[in-house]
Parts: sequence; C-alpha cells; structure tokens
Amino acid sequence: MSIDMTSAPAALLPPQLMRTEALLTMSGLSKTYGSVRALRNVDVTVYPGEVMGIVGESGSGKSTLLRMMNLEDTPDQGDYRLQLPGKDDDNLFALDRYQRRMLCAHHIGIVYQNPHQGLLMRHSSSGNVAERLLIAGERSFDVLRSKARDALDASEFPLARMDARPAELSGGMQQRVQLAKAIALEPALLLLDEPTTGLDVSVQALVLDTLKRLQRDRRITMVLVSHDLGVIRTMADRVLVMRHGEVVERGLADQVFQDPQHPYTQQLVHAKL
Amino acid sequence: MSLSALTKPWAATSYGFLDASAKRELRRKMLKAIAVPGCQMPYASREVPMARGWGTGGLQVTLTLVNPASTIKVIDQGADDGVNAASIRRFISRVSGATETWDTLGASIIQSRHRVPEETLGADQILVLQVPNPEPLRGVEPNMSIARQMHADADYGRLWLTLYEQIVRKGRIMQGAAYPSLVNGRHVMTPSPIPRWDVPKLHMAKHLTFLSAGREKRLHAVPPYTRVEPLVFSDRPYRVEDHADLVCRRSGISGYFMNEIPQDHGGSAFEVSDSNLGIKAIRRAEGEPVEIGATWYQDGEFSA
Ligand SMILES: Nc1ncnc2c1ncn2[C@@H]1O[C@H](COP(=O)(O)OP(=O)(O)OP(=O)(O)O)[C@@H](O)[C@H]1O
Ligand SMILES: [Mg+2]
Repeated sequence: MSIDMTSAPAALLPPQLMRTEALLTMSGLSKTYGSVRALRNVDVTVYPGEVMGIVGESGSGKSTLLRMMNLEDTPDQGDYRLQLPGKDDDNLFALDRYQRRMLCAHHIGIVYQNPHQGLLMRHSSSGNVAERLLIAGERSFDVLRSKARDALDASEFPLARMDARPAELSGGMQQRVQLAKAIALEPALLLLDEPTTGLDVSVQALVLDTLKRLQRDRRITMVLVSHDLGVIRTMADRVLVMRHGEVVERGLADQVFQDPQHPYTQQLVHAKL
Repeated sequence: MSLSALTKPWAATSYGFLDASAKRELRRKMLKAIAVPGCQMPYASREVPMARGWGTGGLQVTLTLVNPASTIKVIDQGADDGVNAASIRRFISRVSGATETWDTLGASIIQSRHRVPEETLGADQILVLQVPNPEPLRGVEPNMSIARQMHADADYGRLWLTLYEQIVRKGRIMQGAAYPSLVNGRHVMTPSPIPRWDVPKLHMAKHLTFLSAGREKRLHAVPPYTRVEPLVFSDRPYRVEDHADLVCRRSGISGYFMNEIPQDHGGSAFEVSDSNLGIKAIRRAEGEPVEIGATWYQDGEFSA
C-alpha cells in the first residue's frame, strides 16, 4: 500500500517514515449511536513503530475510534486494514466474532482507562496475562508462567506480586498488569485509552516512562488516546485532533503543538500553555 | 390430506410413562446430541413422578430408550440398592416391561448418578448419566446466552484460566468431579459429577453415553469411539484419585474406585464403590460360578 497523500501529506511525515508502508489504515469511518454521531468520516493512517496520539474533548469520539481499532464495534461505514505479515489486508470489519477474537489476541493489545474493563479482578495478575496466551492456544503451564513473568517484568511490574489479584493492587500496578497482558504476545499494535488518567502525577510519570521504554526497546506501534496534552506531547510522533466525531487537525506532534492551524486546536493548545 | 395422515401412528410408542410426542421430541434431541458430540441440546423436560434434581433428566432419556426387551440397571454412586436407584429401576421396569438387573454385563441400559461401572461397557450398551449442571462454563460466565456463544466460538480461554489459577493458588488442579473435558476435539462438556477416575472410561469407548439434566433441560452425548480429553496442561498430566492401592474391606478386591467410610477411631475403611462388582467378587470367592467382565482398570492402572 502506498502512502495516502490526502490523510498524511508527505510534508508532515517524519523522514524515517517517508517510504514505509502503513501498518494501520482506516478510511471513511462513520458511526451513529441513536442521534449521536460519534464518528464522522474519519481517516487514520498509522506507520510501523510510531506513536499516534489522539486528543480531543470528552465525547469527541476518541474511545469509539479505539474500540473500532480493537474490533469491539463495527462502524456504519468505512474500512479498516492492517498490514500483518502473512495476512491479506482485507477489510477487518468483515470478520466474524471468532476471527476478530483470534486476530486481536495475536496482533492487537489494548490498555483501557478503567482497569475493570481490561482485567479479571478476582484472578491472579499472572493469570490475567496468561489468559491472552491461553486464547492463543498455549497449553504448557510452565511456558504460560514464564511468558507471563516476562511480560509483567517488561511492564515493570514487581514480580514478587505476580500472583496477587488486581483488586488488591494500586491503580498504577493495575495499569501495568493491563500493559503486560497487552504486550504478552508481542502485538503489532498497542492501543492505549487514557492509560494514565486517574493516576496521581508521580505514578503517571512512571507509567509513561515504562511506555516510552517499551516503545524505544521494542518499537511497538502505539495509538495513544488522551485528553491530556502533556501526555500526548511527551509520547506522540504524530497527532490527530478530534472534535464532535471529526478529525479537525492532524500532523507531526511538534508542528501541531507549535503552530496549530484549526481554531479548536489553537484554543486547546493555548488553554494548556 | 390431514396432518395426522402424514405422521406415523403413535400407539406403538405409547408406553413407558412418557407419551409418544414427548418421546419423539427427546429422540430427536438425542440424535442431534449424537450428531454433535458434547454439544448441549435443549429439550422440553416433561414432568415425571419425581422431583427435579433427583435424576429426572436421566429418567426421561431412559424412558425414551427403554422397551419391553430392555434390561435395565440403575445405580446411585455405584450402588444398585440405594433407595433412589431401586425406586427408579422399579419404576422404569413397571411402566415399560423391561427386565431389572444389578449386573453390569447383563444390562442394555444403565442409568447412573455420578459413576461409570468398573466393568467395561460394550457396543450394545447405553450409559445414561444424570447431570445436575450441564454447563462447564457456568463458573466463568454466569450469562448462559454468552456461554452458548463461547461454545460456538470454542472460546475456552477462561475455563483454562480457572485451571491455571488452581495450580497457582493450590499447587495442583483441585477440580475433582465433573472434570471439564473436550469432546471430539470441539466442545467442552462436563461429564456430570463422575470422579476423575471415570473420565478416561468415556474416551474412545465402545458404548454410547447420554448425559441429561432434567432441571436445566439440556442433554448431551458421547457417541461410541469418540475422543474425550480432560483439559490438562501439556506439562501437568491428568491424575485420577489415588485409589489404586486401596482394598475393599468387604470383598477384598483392590484397584478400583472406593467409597471412604470414616471410622470411630478417626481412620477410614474402604469399600468398592461399584457395589455389584464387590458382590460378584464375594460370591466368586465363595465358589459360585460368577462371571466378572473385563474392567477398565487392571491392578489400579487404566488399561482399555
Ligand atoms: N455504545 C454506545 N452507545 C451509545 N452512545 C455511545 C456509545 N459509545 C459512544 N457513544 C457516544 O459517542 C460519543 C463519543 O464517545 P467516546 O466515548 O468515543 O468519547 P471520548 O472522546 O472517548 O470521550 P472521553 O474523553 O469522555 O472518554 C459520546 O457522545 C458517547 O455518548
Ligand atoms: Mg474515552
């Protein structure tokens, strides 16, 4: 697939991404819930190894877009392709429930803002990670255990507590369990929906450090949703600004923050500074 | 043409307590259950003169299968002489004209609560297990319509996770009876609360097994020569109860599943759970010519 010039003008791409094929391409996404138009003709392109930040006010459709990327929901219109080795890049919204589950288990990891959404609170933390591997067909107890330990370790989770229940852990630790679960199978795509919202500032910084380190060491492609411009600014290579279900601005993070074009983005950036 | 002209006469099957239309429905569901091994089939579950939860599911299947030429054995936890087993057996023979037996070898239909007999069943025998809870996913998914979707998608990750959790918490798998097992490589079933000892007897067995839950109104089946594989991790082998070395205090036989009988001094005595096997062993020891069939376990080792 060649780079889509309308959704990602070449001038806005960082040089190292200029000639790569996109990992994720969503085009023409629209979704209406009752009378709410949650997404309106949204296009997104994400390149391998980059962090795509999505910002926007509450209700602008960020989580909805991420849920679509995780195939939890289907839009009214639009299609979604992932460039995965050995796979056809067919429209993923055409997949059935079973195919979606298998694709997500193997290739997509997600961290939700609310750990209750992503974790089984009454199972052990290592078990939460192991569930991923079990869905993918791993049947050796020792392998499950060592892979769960590795993923928790990479998420900088204290291994002495790997069998504690998430219900007994702090919010920051719960996010690390979610992260371990998300990266256990080395996904092509890591989705993060407000992963640090609700954590206190110092814990937030630690979790962000872990994410940065993961990104640097493993070059995991990430889509990071946050309404916190500071978080996006420290993490993202490129940014998409959403409002009322529409993308109002997109570009390199530095450009968008230094020279916002859309009045809404200008307002956001200046309110923040 | 009238509708009745299109159907076969019902009079021929109007015996054995259930009316012909009830039997017809059950027979259809039983055939479906055979066609999709281990998959639960809903059925209407008629009233029978017994409270739900006392084996009404098994009874309805038995009443559908039975005919005057049948020989029927009913056991409760391995015993033919328990009150429930005896009442069910007498009821079945009275309404159908079938012959009663205690002998596993002579039975054409064996209805059982929580045990598979120790003597190997043959191709001409049918085992009917009474099932209290047919849904292996109930513990991980309380919503039964979601559980059904999970079966459809072979989505058993959560079930495996409960086994993982048991090893993490207790050092071993704690699941005793009703060990979840994969049937024909596709559906996970609960084999009713038979002990782990009995589950291997269902794997590639010559006989047909029905498992029926009257209160839950669902039945499933393991057809002959069908794989039944307990869910186990590749590096944590399946283990049956440690009964191989126990000796029955009444018959003196060993190598079979035993009932534990607590003693006043705090210890335990053991009696073979398959009571008719014990009786036959005693009679043989007293010199009677008694036929004891081949058993699934020999010297406490599974050998079939
Ligand atoms: N399943 C749903 N049913 C009905 N309405 C929905 C559903 N999902 C989202 N919406 C609506 O779509 C709009 C976008 O919601 P979304 O959760 O994507 O916003 P968001 O940008 O993530 O907001 P926040 O910052 O508060 O998380 C909202 O008006 C929301 O009420
Ligand atoms: Mg949201």
